[in-house]
Amino acid sequence: MSSRDIILGRVRRALGDAAGRTPEPYEEYEAAVDRGYLREHGARTTEQTVDLLAENLADYRAIVHRTDGEELPLLLMRLLAESGAQNILVPPALPPWWLAAADPVRIHDRAASTPAQLDKADAVVTGCAVAIAETGTLVLDGSPDQGRRRITLIPDHHICVVRVPDQVVSSVPQALERLDPARPLTWISGPSATSDIELDRVEGVHGPRTLEVVLVTGAD
Amino acid sequence: MTDEEEPALRVALFLTCVNDTLYPDTGRAVVKLLTRLGVDVDFPAAQTCCGQAHYNTGYRHQAEPLARHFSDVFGEYEAIVTPSGSCGAMVRELYPRMGERARAEGRGDGLARTLAPVVPRTYELTEFLVDVLGVTDVGAYYPHTVTYHPTCHGLRSLGLGDRPERLLSAVKGLELTELPGAAECCGFGGTFAVKNSDVSAAMGADKVRNAESTGAEVLCAADNSCLMHLGGTMARLRTAMRPVHIAEILASTEEEPWS
Amino acid sequence: MSGTFVGMPAFPKAAHQAVGNATLRANLRHATHTIRDKRAKAVAELDDWARLREAGKQIKDHTLRHLDHYLVRLEETVTAAGGTVHWAADADEANRIVTGLVKDTGEAEVVKVKSMATQEIGLNEALEAAGIRAYETDLAELIVQLGKDRPSHILVPAIHRNRGEIRDIFAREMGSWGRPAPEHLTDAPAELAEAARLHLREKFLRAKVGVSGANFMVAETGTLVVVESEGNGRMCLTLPETLISVVGIEKIVPTWRDLEVFLQTLPRSSTAERMNPYTSTWTGTTDGDGPQTFHLVLLDNGRTDTLADDVGRQALRCIRCSACLNVCPVYERAGGHAYGSVYPGPIGAILSPQLRGTASEIDASLPYASSLCGACYEVCPVAIDIPEVLVHLRERVVQGGEFTRHGAKVTLKPAQGHAAERAAMRAAGMVFARPGLLRAGQRLAARTRRVHPRTLPGPGRAWSATRDLPKVPGESFRDWWQRTRGGRDDGGQGQQHGKKTGSGA
Repeated sequence: MSSRDIILGRVRRALGDAAGRTPEPYEEYEAAVDRGYLREHGARTTEQTVDLLAENLADYRAIVHRTDGEELPLLLMRLLAESGAQNILVPPALPPWWLAAADPVRIHDRAASTPAQLDKADAVVTGCAVAIAETGTLVLDGSPDQGRRRITLIPDHHICVVRVPDQVVSSVPQALERLDPARPLTWISGPSATSDIELDRVEGVHGPRTLEVVLVTGAD
Repeated sequence: MTDEEEPALRVALFLTCVNDTLYPDTGRAVVKLLTRLGVDVDFPAAQTCCGQAHYNTGYRHQAEPLARHFSDVFGEYEAIVTPSGSCGAMVRELYPRMGERARAEGRGDGLARTLAPVVPRTYELTEFLVDVLGVTDVGAYYPHTVTYHPTCHGLRSLGLGDRPERLLSAVKGLELTELPGAAECCGFGGTFAVKNSDVSAAMGADKVRNAESTGAEVLCAADNSCLMHLGGTMARLRTAMRPVHIAEILASTEEEPWS
Repeated sequence: MSGTFVGMPAFPKAAHQAVGNATLRANLRHATHTIRDKRAKAVAELDDWARLREAGKQIKDHTLRHLDHYLVRLEETVTAAGGTVHWAADADEANRIVTGLVKDTGEAEVVKVKSMATQEIGLNEALEAAGIRAYETDLAELIVQLGKDRPSHILVPAIHRNRGEIRDIFAREMGSWGRPAPEHLTDAPAELAEAARLHLREKFLRAKVGVSGANFMVAETGTLVVVESEGNGRMCLTLPETLISVVGIEKIVPTWRDLEVFLQTLPRSSTAERMNPYTSTWTGTTDGDGPQTFHLVLLDNGRTDTLADDVGRQALRCIRCSACLNVCPVYERAGGHAYGSVYPGPIGAILSPQLRGTASEIDASLPYASSLCGACYEVCPVAIDIPEVLVHLRERVVQGGEFTRHGAKVTLKPAQGHAAERAAMRAAGMVFARPGLLRAGQRLAARTRRVHPRTLPGPGRAWSATRDLPKVPGESFRDWWQRTRGGRDDGGQGQQHGKKTGSGA
């Protein structure tokens, strides 16, 4: 008997009458769970939701900038210049005009690139899939303006551009509705951090220690 | 207060075995307090123990006859009042569970049916005062500084909330000081106090230190089991505070101070 | 309640040392109180917390009731997404599977994301025995590994260490595992985190095999979820060519949508954050992004035995947030090591004796490692009634009965160590069944009260070593009631009231 059969057999014996009773329990599932919790917390205008996102991002030590499409290239140029970045990683389909004014050398992430090669990049600039106001979270889904998961991990500085208000939702439930589980997702809430020393939060461990978020209007 | 026209409410005092044996003053205080509020109190002499210590130590089957006995003794009363949060929680929370377990073990509904009548009629003292009698000012006088420890089963099983504090705040002459870390367990825990005496003692000592830090003369609670542990700890640590059950504070008046 | 308690079990012995260790007590007190207050604030931000908690409980209960169905479904979806699913009935089998998978890659080292399941099965030791080095990459796990220590907390395994101790461990040990700690390392948390970053970086960048657990597995989509803070998880989940995830079978949720509950309740309960810094989700393999080989090892190791107990099975709802540890007054004073398991604290006290059985001294003692104060139940984001299960397991220890071990029904005998207690409980039960006997006992105690000792011999010393005994009154309440007809013949409030317990003779 395979371990698979052993385990499934044990589960069925443990459940007694419940096991196998409903070959397709999804209908029962709908009735079993009371979804009376809130879809979002509080009533806000779109503008207030964006403000809340900015507030919560900053609360977890992300640096938040707000700009419009016209000013975006200059802002990105300035942020990269101020950080002293020499080499930056860019995802395959970042809108080219975003970095039209930026000076650093672009490193392109190829499937064959090794992590050690990517480690030479000082910063990375990406878009995102969705941002969650209530939690101050950015979600990346590997779309062409975001790239492979590793490019937002290895460099020490991540600049993430969020198109507001289109990409902003209020809550976790609303974000999950928009996301495709088949894609590899990375949810980012502030720079990397740890609570492992005396259960007190310290920012900056293995992931980027600097997270800058640019909330941009009219960037489509 | 009850209207003069209404017949007095007749309730049974479920004193608990610990209070009956070791803390008769608390029982007398409850009688005095309820009588003053127009309640006709009876003490069914056949009462013994609710079975909590048996149940919580793992002897559920030996707690069952005690629960049945409880139901026999108290089943006829309109209301059953107890000056113990944990014994109140035993009846209210754990009697139904004992019935369910018996059913799950294929022993039928008998136990559940026997215990059902006493469950909703059992009240912890402060709950009875505030919810049933609808009073928070019981006309008491107690000119001392008091800090209140909400015991775990009163707080978390029965959900007494701020009822005890509301009652104490209305007592004339009483100054209520806030106990730091009030919601933390005192470390009694029934047989836990003996089986894990080191941890229990450490918890008790921390609770006493927190109580002392308030500068109060009296550490008040609504459960003498916890006060037995804390009082014993205070005596050993030679603190100047004394433990007093809330019933004794509420029973005290200007004309007849309690002690 | 009288009673003698012979055969004092293992938890109290281990706790005895911890209670006497001032540094440990201070470390635990500081850490647990810090997180306790923060959690309360994070939870208070959501006015639908109670409903989220209830929904989390219902999702888990439903999944457990149909676990066979969802396991099969998960196997299908993970396989369809490019993963390979393995089944491990126990720890040995899981270790054999993982060791074999690593050997197949030809690698001799792996990087690990913090995972309770791999701790539980002792994977690092099994890999070591096969010549494979496993590097823990979570900061607290690193502290434990470098310090040749044992974990003492679910979320923060090095909670028993303060910053000064961590500095010393890093300075002393890092060099023998790889890049040494920077010179002149201080105990500033930011510097310690930086030291870990530098030390582990080379390992992440060269790693070919990653090993993880998972917080959730979505049956409908085949998605796994890892919730973390430092980015070490992302490193292990995305940089290696091969990823092996060892996950307990109870970690399933039916649908993608279910994450909307747990991704709200877990971070707030765990690190007391609105959201943890990083959450990774992956579904099988993705062309050109991340590991191209993915193995999922589904672990039983006592979980189906736990499932067979209709009271105890609620422990399988646990999402390993550790909120129950952080509020537990017993954990705060006894420390995590006293629980003798990778699962310490209240949840450990109900999980370990179910996963491992109650045969050992420590497992039989764990159900008693609680004052039943209920703080754990109050904060649990999936509403596990830990006190209920503790009492249920006490019953199993003292009364025995029929239980499931390794999938088979076994009949347990009542534990030997509790024979005297059992007798005492029976005697007390007899007295309480007869009010007359109780009265006789009370009168005997009252008559002899002047000769009662201040301290007790034998097991009673456990009380009187630190606490005075209550003074037995001259008259029980029931005698007073009878004598005075309920106080009517007592001229007011009765006899002179002595002071209470222990305030002197």
